[in-house]
This record gives sequence, structure tokens and C-alpha cells, in this order.
Amino acid sequence: MGLLHNLGTVCILLGIPFFISGTIGLLRFPDIYTRLHALTKADNVGLGFVVLGLSLQADGWHTVARLLLIWLLVLIASSASCHLVARAALRKKIEPWSRP
Amino acid sequence: MNTLLFYDFSGLALLAIGLHGLIRSSHPLRKILAANLMTSGVFLIMISGARGTGQTMIDPVPHAMVLTGIVVSVSTTAVALVLVCLVQETTNRALLWQKRKREKWGRTDG
Amino acid sequence: MMDAMGIFDMVLALALPWLGWRLLASPDLFRAMVLFISLGLLMALTWVRLQAPDVALAEAAIGAGLTGALFLSALRRLERLSEAERRLAFAGKREEEDEIPPERHRRAKPVAYGLALLLLAVFVLLLAWSLAQTPAGGGLGPAVGEQLGQSGVRSEVTAVLLNFRGYDTLLEVMVLFLAALGVWSLTRVRLPLQDEEPGPVLATLVRLLAPLMIMVAGYLVWIGGSRAGGAFQGGAVLAAAGVLLLLANVTVVRQIPAALLRWGLALGPLLFLLTAVVCVAAGGNLLEYPPQRAGAWILLIESASAVSIGVTLAALYAGGRPPEPPAQDRGGEQGPGRDADADAGGRQ
Repeated sequence: MGLLHNLGTVCILLGIPFFISGTIGLLRFPDIYTRLHALTKADNVGLGFVVLGLSLQADGWHTVARLLLIWLLVLIASSASCHLVARAALRKKIEPWSRP
Repeated sequence: MNTLLFYDFSGLALLAIGLHGLIRSSHPLRKILAANLMTSGVFLIMISGARGTGQTMIDPVPHAMVLTGIVVSVSTTAVALVLVCLVQETTNRALLWQKRKREKWGRTDG
Repeated sequence: MMDAMGIFDMVLALALPWLGWRLLASPDLFRAMVLFISLGLLMALTWVRLQAPDVALAEAAIGAGLTGALFLSALRRLERLSEAERRLAFAGKREEEDEIPPERHRRAKPVAYGLALLLLAVFVLLLAWSLAQTPAGGGLGPAVGEQLGQSGVRSEVTAVLLNFRGYDTLLEVMVLFLAALGVWSLTRVRLPLQDEEPGPVLATLVRLLAPLMIMVAGYLVWIGGSRAGGAFQGGAVLAAAGVLLLLANVTVVRQIPAALLRWGLALGPLLFLLTAVVCVAAGGNLLEYPPQRAGAWILLIESASAVSIGVTLAALYAGGRPPEPPAQDRGGEQGPGRDADADAGGRQ
């Protein structure tokens, strides 16, 4: 129990840098496409680590199943919304950023 | 230091900002947004008061009232938004006049 | 010495008014609405911190999700009309001096504005004073805890909502019903809501998520008896499924007969009202269920209400009464290509 709990904590801590880098990317990247890239890529891995850590700390397979379902749903939703936002941006004829 | 006071003041500030926005802004959509801010402030004060101090017992009655309030506020918002759209349609006067500048988020207008 | 959660609380409590200020100060309405949605999500986080998981669920689904969607669709509708309007004005069909740019700031006189600010400050101070006067304590918490055994459910909030203060919820379901009636009497919805074709990704997403969302809604209603959840949360998830279906322009949604929609709207209020009448007729108070059957009654009412709330909120999002039956009005404005395409998307 103690070992699993600590392992879970380590996993959650491992997830945090991904969220931070994703947020920095969102704030610092030049245009909408690169920002989407930063958000979805980094956050999905970060969320994966957090879900993994929480599953290790969970007290039953019910909770683990629900956590995994949440992770899966977030993956689907974020990739789909990323696609939709990028598509809408393309339709509005927003040029992808290129190094000046 | 009681951290609950933060939320009380936060709710109060939201209420004040919402009221200010309601008076100050002229665009109807912005007025509706401001009214929504006010409801959020009221909810925050209510829930923050429901936790009480020191006692472990949570007061569920304000929670239930806030739940009711959220649904009521979304329905009033919906009716207000439809009315705003109708105002534009019937008066034939554009409510969104300015062309929006190109935003970083990719919203361009026209 | 403040612990980490205290600092978190402080940051969160500061972020809420700041975000509110930013959203009202932003000149761009679209940006203001995006900020409003993020404010709603932060509010949901706040409810979790304040140990109100029921409210957090409702806020995330209704306060942030549906209200945001309502705002964005209204903005879009205004924009679309404004475009036509601008073209009309450009074609010289309207008097030029008739046009008032409405987004200008009202130039209030400094005195009046200062007076309003003063009143606002006094009002806020009075509120703060009365807040400080409120006696601290558990309030009605212990009383609810004592009576919880008789309510038929194990969740305190659900017990308050549907048993102890059932009339609140009855009236609130009626308010929703009235809102739907109001919207329906004002306008007729124009389907499809989006100008653009829904792409394959959206169509697949909807096909994947809609059944799952209906299942989650059922789960939320069921779990409401013992934990966080209930009719509002379940209904909100149903409504979100409806909004997705509307956005993806699935044919099934358009083919729902209007009569069925009306019954869906009325199911919850009718059942709730009927229960109240039966309770009074049986010699009890309003909504005083027989104690041994209370759980079943509550579940029945909650299920019906969840369906009605879902239909109502989705109808509010659609923003009008259902369109005319296809034979009379649709043929002209929609090309055959779009219909065939949507049919292919919706038939599964």
C-alpha cells in the first residue's frame, strides 16, 4: 500500500512538468496552430501520468476504470476539438506562422 | 486565518463587478454577461457561508438552492439572448457594428 | 503560516474577480465569452474546494458549458444578421443617418456616474456588513442530517432538493418550462444551426459520444440518490448530447416529431405536478411522499425531470420552436446535396 501510494505520487509529480510546458507553449507560441500543438500534446501525456498516479492510489478497480474512461474521453475530446479549432482557423484563412 | 473569508470577498467582488458592468456597459450581450457574473457572486457567497466555521456539518440547503439557481439563471440567460437576437431582427439595426480586428485566436470578421 | 491549500484558495479567490473584470473590460465580445467559460470552469473548481461537488458538476455542465454555448451561438446569430445588415446598408437600401453604432460607451455624466459608483460602494459595504453579522454555524446541516433517514435517499442535497424543499424544485422545473415556452413563442429555429458542413471528425465524435453521454446522464441520476449527482446534472449531460447532435446536424434530430418534443418538455413538470396533487389528495402536505416509498418516488421524479431538463436546455440552445415539417418549407433553402450528406451521417 505504502509503496504503491508513493509510486502514484511520483507519477503525479511527473505529470506536472508536461502541464507546465503545455501552458508555457500556449502562452508563448506565435500562432494558433503551434499553440494547439503545445496544448494537446503536452496535456495528454501529463494527464496520462496523473491518471496513472491516481489509479495506483485508488482503492478499487471501479475507480481505476472510471479514471481510465475519463482519460480516454479527454483524449478523444481534446483531439477532436483541436481538429475543429484548426479547421475553423484554416477556413478563416489564417496563415500558419513561419519564421520571418 | 480563515480561508473562507477569501471566497466571501471574492463573491462580493464578483457581485460588485457584475453590477458595475450591468450599469456601465451599453451592449446587451455584455449586460447579460454582467448579470451572470452577479449570480456567480451570489452563489459564491451562499456556498461559502454554507460551510460554516469549525463545524464538520455542511449545510446542504444553500447547496440545493444554488443548484436551483444555476438552472434558473441559464434559463433566464437563454430567454434574454433570444430577445436580444429578436431586437436586432425586428429593429433592423445591427448590434455588432464594429468590424473585429484579427485576433490571435483566429477570429476574423468579414 | 499558511499551508499550500490556503495559498491555492487565495489565488483562486483572487482569480475569480480578476477574470470577471477582464471579461467585462475586454472590447471583443468573443473574447469576453471565452473568458466567461473559463470563469465558469474556475467556479467549478471553487465549488470542489468548498465541498460542494453537486454544485461543481452542475456549474461545469450548465454554468460553463451550456451557458457558454448559448452565448456563442447568440453571438454567431447576431453576426450573421449583422453581415446581411451591413450588405443591405451598403446597397443603399437604408438611410445612412439611421445607423447608430451601438457598441459605443454611453457617455455618462461624471456626476451621475460618480453617484452610481457611490451607491454601488454603499451597497457592497452594506452587503459585507450583513455578511459579517451572519451567525456562523452549521445552519440547517444538523437538522437535515437528523431527518435524512426518512427522506428515502442518502445524499443530503438530493434529499433537500426533492423531499424537504421539493416545492423549490417544482417551481424551478416550472421556470425552465416557462423559459422554453417563452423561447418557442418568440422565434422559430432555423436548422442547420451551422453554415458549414460538419466534418467527418465531428460526425464520428458525435456518433461515439452521444450514446455514452446518455449513459452518463442515467448514471448521474441514479447516483444522485447517494452521492453527488441528480436530475440537474444528468439533464445537463443529456442537453449537451442534444447540443452536439444539433451541431453535427444529424438527421435523427431533425426528424423528431414536434409532438414528441412537446411531451418531452412537459414530462417532468407534469409528473412533478401530478405527484404534488396526489400527495395533497392523499391527505399529506405538498410533496409529502409515503415514507417507505419515498426513494422510488424521488427516482421516478428525477428521471422524468432529467429528461425534461435535457430536452428543455437543448431546445433553449436551438433557440426557437421546431421548424416547419420538411414537406412545406425545407425544399427551397437546402440543397439536395446537403440533405443526402446529412442522411449518410445520421443513418447508423
